[in-house]
Amino acid sequence: MIVLEKRPQPSRAWSMATPLVAVLATMFFGGLLFAALGKNPVEAIGTIFWEPLFGEYAFYYRPQLLVKGAPLVLIAIGLSLGFRAGIWNIGAEGQYIMGAIVGAGVGLAFYPMEAFYIFPLMVIAGALGGWAWAMVPAFLKVRFGTNEILVSLMMVYVAEQLLASMSLGLLKNPEGFGFPGSRNLQSYASAHNAELIEGTGMHWGVVAALIAVIFAYVLLNRHMTGFHIRLTGEAPRAARFAGVKPARLILFCLGVSGALAGLAGLFEVSGPSGQVSIDFNVGYGFTAIIVAFLGRLHPVGILLAGGLMALTYIGGEIAQGSLGLPAAAIQVFQGMLLFFLLALDLLTNYRIRAARKEVA
Amino acid sequence: MKFTSLLATAAMALGLATGAMAQDKTKVGFVYVGPVGDGGWTYEHNKGRLAVEEHFGDKVETVFVESVPEGPDAERVMTQMALEGADLIFTTSFGYMDPTINVAKKFPKVKFEHATGYKTAPNVSVYSARFYEGRAVQGTIAGRMTKSNVVGYIGSYPIPEVIRGINSAFIHARKVNPDVQFKIVWAYTWFDPAKEADAAKVLIEQGADVILQHTDSTAPQAAAQAAGNVITFGQASDMSEYAPMPRVSSIIDNWAPYYIARTQAVMDGSWATVNTWDGIGAGMVGIGEISDAVPAEVKAEALALKDAIASGSYHPFTGPLKKQDGSDWLAEGETADDGTLAGMNFYVEGIEGDIPN
Repeated sequence: MIVLEKRPQPSRAWSMATPLVAVLATMFFGGLLFAALGKNPVEAIGTIFWEPLFGEYAFYYRPQLLVKGAPLVLIAIGLSLGFRAGIWNIGAEGQYIMGAIVGAGVGLAFYPMEAFYIFPLMVIAGALGGWAWAMVPAFLKVRFGTNEILVSLMMVYVAEQLLASMSLGLLKNPEGFGFPGSRNLQSYASAHNAELIEGTGMHWGVVAALIAVIFAYVLLNRHMTGFHIRLTGEAPRAARFAGVKPARLILFCLGVSGALAGLAGLFEVSGPSGQVSIDFNVGYGFTAIIVAFLGRLHPVGILLAGGLMALTYIGGEIAQGSLGLPAAAIQVFQGMLLFFLLALDLLTNYRIRAARKEVA
Repeated sequence: MKFTSLLATAAMALGLATGAMAQDKTKVGFVYVGPVGDGGWTYEHNKGRLAVEEHFGDKVETVFVESVPEGPDAERVMTQMALEGADLIFTTSFGYMDPTINVAKKFPKVKFEHATGYKTAPNVSVYSARFYEGRAVQGTIAGRMTKSNVVGYIGSYPIPEVIRGINSAFIHARKVNPDVQFKIVWAYTWFDPAKEADAAKVLIEQGADVILQHTDSTAPQAAAQAAGNVITFGQASDMSEYAPMPRVSSIIDNWAPYYIARTQAVMDGSWATVNTWDGIGAGMVGIGEISDAVPAEVKAEALALKDAIASGSYHPFTGPLKKQDGSDWLAEGETADDGTLAGMNFYVEGIEGDIPN
């Protein structure tokens, strides 16, 4: 018989080790999956993890890792603050969309004027757009005690409809022959979030993601609000005695995560994506939830997790193109990663023991 | 040290090997917006890819990536294909337009073909099909078959492509049945079985006994089957698994001839930028088998219309036609020009409701 025994304290060693073990387990079982599909598992895993970093065309893929990873990290950092305090913002996808719409809207309002202040204004507008969208579940929770998981998730669908409406109506490119989608901001210099150094993939979104990591680290370790966040998550009763005001914390956590998601949307729409279109959002807001947990809700962990997630995306595409792996297999592979992580989390809090047979 | 140098040698050998192979074979890449098993849009593009493989055998190598989101991800997938030696890349969704142009700039020797867009370049062609020709045939059958005189239409997005289809179907339904009305529901999706099924159910509840769809799943077919006595048409793909009822016919996208011709052009070195918009005549739009649920005389009428369109003797948008607001559009005998059709943003006279924006 095997029994689970609760650890008196979560194991630090396992807490650090589970992400690594989860990655290894994913590689192993993913390899089995690929083998079952008739592909060479070593080649497939190698393609996914090796090619983007050190392959023949790594010069192109490495910058792409930044492009793909930056929005994930930026959003996940915001989410992790709330998650630590038990405040569940599931609607980052909607806040990401709103940041893009509002930010791009401000930029397009100035078209075709060229001025240095347009992009900074767009950045502010993007952050405000995401923040305002997150304030809806925050306000409803504080005022009426609604469940922020449901409300923030539902707001994603509202945002998606709004995005379609904007692409077909208000923000539609007047020179687009009636086709949906806004003007391309890549060809509007003042609003373009261009690469800071050509060919590196570094754009303002990457810079913002790095700043967010540092900011979150300092906040959690050196600041009273960070202490309150951690305390609320770990010992809610103690937090109340310590004078934490739950309402203020909810507004803060949802607000920050909304603003960061909005920023991610703005940097994406003005840079790599270029235009507001019906299918602008590709699930960064949801994937960021995985990234936040994969990174153990720790800023540095999230940075690494974002990179890893980006790697599986880009490597996955390469494997599709060069090995003919179906897209669904790659998605299963990514799903396995979260599955193993959560499953192995058990080991952080529990010890597995062989129980001695009791004599009746 | 040894390990890395070994890898380097292996990589070099591999690089040389693929380089040598690329000399003999023409490599053709396909970027798909949905999964190849969607049963509609992407499924048909993938059939075109398989036809290219079958036609050229060892002379081509095809690669594809499915479910690629429109935007930077598409740009990366195209770049990856170009880097790995693709000679010709088909990008099969409207939203790939700007990414295609961006990547084409970086790889002037690679040829690109973008479906349903309007931006061309020295190495970027665009191609699309005149689905509205198929809609004319569909509208004729719908107008003849409806008993409630209510035809339900599931629109995806209110864009020219979809509006053109609604107009064409409506004009030809009215021609054979002056009492017919269209009820239009916008699903705001190309592929979402749950939403499409809901839309079909709503339309059936409102009395529609014909459901036309401009979305890609078979969910509306299933909803019509469950309701009984409602007919449908396959969209993009034949959807013959729902024949003879509710599916009485279909509009089939047939990309194979075009894909084969363009691959051949790359092999011959005769590839040049074109703006292709082919219909029934060129075989890009197919009309699926009209089932026995349709009376023989209606079937004959529909096929006669199909033949007239194919031969070019009849244009589905022939005057006299008025716009919805009652203003004149086409005079007696006048046909619509491609420019107006491409950017169509109005309903013709008789359709109720507004185009949302």
